[in-house]
Amino acid sequence: MRWPALTRPGRAVLVLTIAVFVALALAPLFAPWITGERYILGLLARVMIFAIAAVSLDLILGYGGLVSFGHAAFVGLGAYAVGILSAHGITDVTVVLPVTLAVCALFAVGTGAVAVRTRGVYFIMITLAFGQMAYYTATSLAQYGGDDGLRLDHRSTLFGTPIATDPLAFYYVVFGALLFFYLLTRVIVSSRFGRVLRAARQNPVRVETLGFNVGQVRLTAYVIAGMIAGVSGFLLANHILFVSPAYMSWQRSGELIVMVVLGGMGTLHGAVIGSLAFLLIEEFLSTITEHWKVIFGPMLILVVLFARGGLLGLLGGRHG
Amino acid sequence: MAEPLLRLDDLHKNFGGLAVTDGVTLDVRPGEVHAIIGPNGAGKTTLLNEISGLVPVDRGSIVFDGNDITRLSAHARARLGIARTFQITSIVPGFSVQENAMLAVQAQLASTFDFVRSQGFDRDMVAAADDVLEQVGLAVRARTPAGLLSHGEKRALELAVAIALKPKLVLLDEPAAGTGRGETERLVEMLRALKDRFTIVLVEHDMDAVFALADRISVLVYGRVIACGTPGEIRNDPAVKIAYLGEEEAA
Repeated sequence: MRWPALTRPGRAVLVLTIAVFVALALAPLFAPWITGERYILGLLARVMIFAIAAVSLDLILGYGGLVSFGHAAFVGLGAYAVGILSAHGITDVTVVLPVTLAVCALFAVGTGAVAVRTRGVYFIMITLAFGQMAYYTATSLAQYGGDDGLRLDHRSTLFGTPIATDPLAFYYVVFGALLFFYLLTRVIVSSRFGRVLRAARQNPVRVETLGFNVGQVRLTAYVIAGMIAGVSGFLLANHILFVSPAYMSWQRSGELIVMVVLGGMGTLHGAVIGSLAFLLIEEFLSTITEHWKVIFGPMLILVVLFARGGLLGLLGGRHG
Repeated sequence: MAEPLLRLDDLHKNFGGLAVTDGVTLDVRPGEVHAIIGPNGAGKTTLLNEISGLVPVDRGSIVFDGNDITRLSAHARARLGIARTFQITSIVPGFSVQENAMLAVQAQLASTFDFVRSQGFDRDMVAAADDVLEQVGLAVRARTPAGLLSHGEKRALELAVAIALKPKLVLLDEPAAGTGRGETERLVEMLRALKDRFTIVLVEHDMDAVFALADRISVLVYGRVIACGTPGEIRNDPAVKIAYLGEEEAA
């Protein structure tokens, strides 16, 4: 049996990751020369917002071995925090963001305390169930749009002043958030805490008998991931100025898993590259045919079959 | 006589209708190597699992270092100073040898919720890990993925991990299992060096190793302790001869 190379990503992967971030940082400079500038910036912002959610999922999935099939619930919760507060006239970031984080943390502690007691298929089923619970709760919020969702008048404000009103400024806010959360999770996975989390994925009994409370470690990672996904929901609501229960559906959770696996799980940059690939391919294929999933499905199967480490696996090098 | 470090009092455990632990009472004195021997299926590994908290007992009590630990979780028992190795090698295969040892050093420091410090900034921990690897002769393999070690080296890594925990009690579950002759001898030498530093409960099939290391031996048959004494006493115990050593000689 071969074990993946340790701790350091391959040089090619490192170069590619830096190239992706640099490209995202510079994209707006080139956008004016391309037709549909607003559209492209909007699309890339959406990619980066989902990349934040995918990176947070990779923390628990790739490093913790916790296959959450309800991660989109946190994205939805973040978005609804923005939508519901806005419906009551509260739009200030200094209030909305802390509320988003608190709501996601609470939901994560509540659902995670149950879910981390289970493993494998049972963990998948329980997170799926909690995710669907959040979804149906959102659809039943008649005063907040129910099934139809909720439209926002404007983006969140800072101390009463509108911020990041033009697409370019918003683009860089999202870019900054992605860079921040990518680096934050990178620090977490290589920390002492991350070492225990990674070890527990491979050999929980050994880690437990060393004296680590595996359940508590997993729960902590789950809460951190949930809060980060909540921020991506906060950004998503501000991006589209619309909040919908669909954000929480299990299909969305599945797509997040696909993004992580597609890029290469347990790498963090795989989640970023996976989101980029997933959403751009989806966007491209859907302009060719409305049956784009017929093409996309087999493509995914090929990646899973022939590139076990995801797209990044094709380049070699991987995190342990 | 000093207080025992570990005291098992009338432990019972049934798996379905099978009594795997059937009224086991046993003392482990501070500083001794206490071997537990017995034929296959006698319940030796189960007993270690009960002591380390991986298998809950149905009845009876386990007192360690003055604390009743009968209902404590495995990680809480490890925190109190009970380390163990496994019959089937249990390491973190994707981690380097060094990082396996670091994990144990970290456990001993009770440092789980540190979200910042990574390997590069943990000089003291790296040094502590390298020190235990040196003790078991694995220093040269520090950067090798643990999953790629030879069987004997994996057994040595298990020992290194146990040592790094600085435990009061070490439970060794067949440390020589699956090792070749030469490797077994090296392992016995390593264990002899540990003898003076730790109290050890040793489950082992290799009788040469047991008689070379043990201060006292308990003989477990069908979940019961049928004899307990010094190696000399056990060697001459008629009941043991029939139940266990006899079989071995006849085989």
